[in-house]
Amino acid sequence: DTSLAEVNSFSPSMPVSPSSMLNQYKFEDEPELRDLFITVDDPESHITAIETFITYRVVTKTSRGEFDSSEYEVRRRYQDFLWLKSKLEEAHPTLIIPPLPEKFIMKGMVERFSDEFIETRRKALHKFLNRIADHPTLTFNEDFKIFLTAQAWELSSHKKQGPGLLSRMGQTVRAVASSVRGGVKNRPEMFTEMNNYMETFSQKINVLDKIAHRIYKEEREYFNEMKEYSPVHTLWSASEEDIADSLKGVASCIDKCCKATEKRMAGLSENLLPILHEYVLYSEILMGVLKRRDQIQGELDSKVDALANKKAEKDLFSEEIGKLEDKVECANNALKADWDRWKQNMQCDMRSTFTNVAENNLRYYEECLATWESFLASQTVDLHVEEDSEDRP
Amino acid sequence: MEDCLAKKMEITVSEAEKRTGRNAMNMQETYTAYLIETRAVESQSEGQCAPVDSLWRRYSEFELLRNYLSVTYPHIVVPPLPEKRADFVWHKLSADNMDPDFVERRRIGLENFLLRVASHPVLCQDKIFYSFLTQEGGWKEMVNETGFQLKADSRLKALNATFRVKNPDKRFTELKHYSDELQSVISHLLRVRARVADRLYGVYKVHGNYGRVFSEWSAIEKEMGDGLQSAGHHMDVYAASIDDILEEEEHYADQLKEYLFYAEALRAVCRKHELMQYDLEMAAQDLTSKKQQCEELATGTVRTFSLKGMTSKLFGQETPEQREAKIKVLEEQIQEGEEQLKSKNLESRDFVKSAWADIERFKEQKNHDLKEALISYAVMQISMCKKGIQVWTNAKECFSKM
Repeated sequence: DTSLAEVNSFSPSMPVSPSSMLNQYKFEDEPELRDLFITVDDPESHITAIETFITYRVVTKTSRGEFDSSEYEVRRRYQDFLWLKSKLEEAHPTLIIPPLPEKFIMKGMVERFSDEFIETRRKALHKFLNRIADHPTLTFNEDFKIFLTAQAWELSSHKKQGPGLLSRMGQTVRAVASSVRGGVKNRPEMFTEMNNYMETFSQKINVLDKIAHRIYKEEREYFNEMKEYSPVHTLWSASEEDIADSLKGVASCIDKCCKATEKRMAGLSENLLPILHEYVLYSEILMGVLKRRDQIQGELDSKVDALANKKAEKDLFSEEIGKLEDKVECANNALKADWDRWKQNMQCDMRSTFTNVAENNLRYYEECLATWESFLASQTVDLHVEEDSEDRP
Repeated sequence: MEDCLAKKMEITVSEAEKRTGRNAMNMQETYTAYLIETRAVESQSEGQCAPVDSLWRRYSEFELLRNYLSVTYPHIVVPPLPEKRADFVWHKLSADNMDPDFVERRRIGLENFLLRVASHPVLCQDKIFYSFLTQEGGWKEMVNETGFQLKADSRLKALNATFRVKNPDKRFTELKHYSDELQSVISHLLRVRARVADRLYGVYKVHGNYGRVFSEWSAIEKEMGDGLQSAGHHMDVYAASIDDILEEEEHYADQLKEYLFYAEALRAVCRKHELMQYDLEMAAQDLTSKKQQCEELATGTVRTFSLKGMTSKLFGQETPEQREAKIKVLEEQIQEGEEQLKSKNLESRDFVKSAWADIERFKEQKNHDLKEALISYAVMQISMCKKGIQVWTNAKECFSKM
């Protein structure tokens, strides 16, 4: 079965030309180039004797030949997504696997199964699958295909296959062992640069994430106080005669601005906050990818060092070393290409997200401006009317 | 209003200065003194500017002036002073009386007070007020010589006393309710406004955090660097802009505060009228009972129970001469009482007439000023929105170049 073999081998990324990269970087636009469309929706609660969990509907539409049908509808739970992610990481240790939403939200006030939480998670899961679909290599991963197409029981049985627990543990031990030895000393300059970049990027994105949350919090507190501000003016207008209209006008303006503030807040939580959060997760993922590359390098380096000490078994080692050298080269190429792709996407995401934030604020101020200007116009009309009537004898 | 002082004289409170001195208990104290400058307004044909006279006064002297005016003109809605202590503060504003921003706003408030008094048709003619503006030394003694303090004490007692008027004047009752409502609603508004200002400050200032992160991030980026860096600069501008915005809003708050305190002055006039009315009713009641007593003595019938009446029944009747004497005394008292009642009635009618004239004047002033204040608030909001649009347009341009 070739599909299983694919999973266990390392598929070097195809040499990707810059133009094809550009074509693929924005998955929302240019749908003509895509042949795989995925949506995640319809969260449903399932209650069993042991647990309660949510499943999401995953609908796939495709024109690809490898798929037996052109349309699939399956239900998946969070666990399944976690499984897919770990399989992708296993198969492509130096590719950048998109982030999954977190298991729990520790500090949030959002309950585990609140509507808000489920909706946020749904959106993130949708993005996760689409990012995989748009990735030049990951999109052809067999586990991905099975995830999208298999019925629940098929998926369970497939999950049970694959490298057993012991061999997986062996891999981990080897990885730990080689990480102790580093793989850093022979690290190509390019990857050191990437490491340095990621360290700084990770710091900055975390700070930005915090700032964005603080802005949201401040805007919400402002909104809460504003809610009280309009009614006071209405209350006052009840005691007045001459200025009652002006007071009611101010009350109405404040009320409209209050609603505009609410929209501004919503824009922030729907757009900036999720994106920054994703990139916080991405920075962790990228640090992991860089580490894994170092580990693979480390395996090679330790074998080379061993060879230097045991000249007698040169032949035996040279074949192994040859394989490891290939492995390192593939890993480096895969990472390099994926890194460039990731940077392009990141730049694009940041540009559109922050532009959106600016547009959000512009809309807010323009709405408020219009409100107050129309109030002012109504007041000065009254003043002119008053002045005219005073002039008359 | 040709006669009002404000037209004849330029009045400004131009400076404030910290002073130290010794108070009544010979303890050292720090206080602020305010410079009052006055200059006669010359007609244009003369061409030259009159010289400026100036003197220093502290807040307590302003208080003394106002107390004098309130007592001396009980039918007038006397302009209020700016607040003694900072109230309705939000976190950035200081509650400290020595804070330079508070002192500055108070200086403006004191100038406003003087201008209000100087443009009032009745108050501007007061000699004590004129001396306050022009005579540095001996002014306090002059005020005390008017003996207004005695009236002030009884007035204070009256304002705080509870008594019930049998036939209240409906207009004054309604006005008193209005002044209570006005006080309550403006206090509420000022409190909410202060909280809103606090939160708005928070929103703007937190955007200032972007600048540094963007700058540090731009250092590791090639294509995005410029866009990030310049966007960060605009975020700094945005964060800084709130200071001026809120300072302007403080002036608006001060305008509302003036009418918060005006409401108290309005209430005081209503209470004074109530007191007069009560006085009148008591005097009328007293007269009626004296007349009745007189009648009873004259006719020998006892309609009302009195201890004297009972004791005289028990211990023997009075002599006709004694009765005559009593009747004569009562008749004198009744005559006095009737004259007093007449003058009290006149006083009351005069009070009502002049009070109501001033109340109408006040109502017009209030409606005009508050409407203008609301308009100026709208203008401030418009300015704030325009600034916001400018900053975010610039930021958007920078972001789109990332």
